[in-house]
Amino acid sequence: MTHLYDIVKFGIYALMAFSVLAAILAVTVRNLFHAALCFAAVLIGIAGVFLSLHADFLAMVQILIYVGAVMTLVIFAIMLTERFGDNSSPQNNSLTLAAFGLAIVSLIAFSTISVKTRWPIQENAGALHLSVGELAYALLNTYVLPFEVISVLLITTLIGAVIIAKKDRVS
Amino acid sequence: MIPLTHYLIFANFLFVIGIFGALVRRNIIGILIALELILNAVNVNFVAFSQNTSPDPATGQIFAFFVIAIAAAEATVGLAIVLALFRVRKTILTDEIHLLKW
Amino acid sequence: MAGFLPDWVLVIKSVLISIAAIAFLGPVTMMYLTLLERKVVGRMQNRIGPNRVGKWGLLQPLADGVKMLTKEDIVPTPADPIAHFLAPILIVVPALLVFAVIPFGRGMTAVDLNVGLLFFIAISSTTTLAIFMASWGSRNKFSLLGGMRSVAQMVSYEVPMVLSVVPVILITGSLSTNDIVLAQGGWGGLKWFIFTPWGLLAFIIFYLCGVAECNRSPFDLPEAESEIVAGFHTEYSGMKFALFYMAEFMNSFTISALAATLFLGGWQGPVLPSWLWFFMKTYVLIFIMIWFRGTLPRFRVDQLMNLAWKFLLPLTLINIFVAGFWYFAPNTIVRVLMSAGVLSLSFWGLQKLNQGYAPEKRVYQFGD
Repeated sequence: MTHLYDIVKFGIYALMAFSVLAAILAVTVRNLFHAALCFAAVLIGIAGVFLSLHADFLAMVQILIYVGAVMTLVIFAIMLTERFGDNSSPQNNSLTLAAFGLAIVSLIAFSTISVKTRWPIQENAGALHLSVGELAYALLNTYVLPFEVISVLLITTLIGAVIIAKKDRVS
Repeated sequence: MIPLTHYLIFANFLFVIGIFGALVRRNIIGILIALELILNAVNVNFVAFSQNTSPDPATGQIFAFFVIAIAAAEATVGLAIVLALFRVRKTILTDEIHLLKW
Repeated sequence: MAGFLPDWVLVIKSVLISIAAIAFLGPVTMMYLTLLERKVVGRMQNRIGPNRVGKWGLLQPLADGVKMLTKEDIVPTPADPIAHFLAPILIVVPALLVFAVIPFGRGMTAVDLNVGLLFFIAISSTTTLAIFMASWGSRNKFSLLGGMRSVAQMVSYEVPMVLSVVPVILITGSLSTNDIVLAQGGWGGLKWFIFTPWGLLAFIIFYLCGVAECNRSPFDLPEAESEIVAGFHTEYSGMKFALFYMAEFMNSFTISALAATLFLGGWQGPVLPSWLWFFMKTYVLIFIMIWFRGTLPRFRVDQLMNLAWKFLLPLTLINIFVAGFWYFAPNTIVRVLMSAGVLSLSFWGLQKLNQGYAPEKRVYQFGD
């Protein structure tokens, strides 16, 4: 079975590289519609990474909510506010160079920290598989208060978004 | 199978790219996309840590659910504001929106 | 064979066999669904339908395929080339992927995921992205209008569709499509969920929403040819157009298959072999879809939205409560009567409430 593990491992690393590449495109591409599509590719890649961490329910939720709902909203907003293929005005501001420097510095710093730290890794790391039932039990017992707060938040958001985006009534 | 640090470095990449995008983009929707990228990087970290270091793997995944829910809420309100802004100002470039009231 | 080849080759071989079977089944199903649809609609309209190519027109799909392949591939000059090129490919991928979790017969599921149902819903929700790419990428007002309508419709109908599945998950306690079929195995293979009050209602809602999700008549506003030419695939020709059609027909097949799996017992049934039961149920549902097309006129946009948000959504929420009651109540006739009573009462009440929104008299702005 070692060959199979190697193949799967290679696939996961390829998926990570693909996600990072798509993420870079998503923040640098000039055409906003293409940027949104690249971002959708990142989201699907991250769902794949979740699958590799045995979080299959989370991966499906990621696709359902991010790709199915949030991206739909984002692209709707792009369609309503952009002109087709309008590349005349630059998408980036004058901070580009400074932001790039900051990004490189923080990337090196964070990576050093995460490599140097001795994480308290569990014995059975990477092999834990959680069933949907266990997840639901944790969600509705231990974390029931945040769950309810989130539902209130979502309702508030729904009403708030409708009120903000609604056209003002002509008096 | 894959060590924890590799997941962390992957999440670092996404996070840093998100920060870069949020600083650099002029378009509000572009900034929103970059912010969502940051939240996703956080999610990857949550799940990777819960799978490797926590005695209870459910915790990280449930935090990731909450992050996803909040990200959806953020996107909804953010885009509603973008639409309202566009209706009044006919632009959604951040450096052209510099008045508190008009 | 097992001792001859290393393990990993065997695993890859079994994966490849599943992939090949699905990649073959999908297009073939689509080809013959087009023929079936043309034949049935033809009979309903007092015509014969295709009958020239082969016996009973059986080779018509092949002739159509050859025609599609040899047509010129036209890309409009102002179109966004990347989005325009990728959209037809990306719309077929989810339509093929969802075949993986459908149980075609006893032990005939390609991948028995423990989140199979969620996989189906999640993957089919990514279709909206491809529709956006097609409509925005072709730079045509009809494409854009069709795409906007299509996405608005799919997003609205996804909500009652997902909620109508919840009672089944609640009673079965599993998201795996295989477990859901196994849970309907009692009474000699006839203990289908459709024979319970909540199951019947959930089935009707799921099926209606499924028809709306594949943009079929009477929910075919996104491609209403009398209003907006052909919707989001106006600017496509040749094989790319055929790919859109393929995705649509494969979607109607998978939606019917999933409805059969969830509510009609999947491959469960007495006497006949399991796969035959499955395909019979699926094709009956597909036939009803075609029947809809031959019978019902198209909805108006406001009627479409009202149906989803004001009628189906509250009904599914009540249905979830009734299913919860069903789960905990003792198994007697009282349980059946009570849940049926609550559901029919709420159905009647919602219908009464919704009638108020219909305009009593038509107002013609420019007609008089």
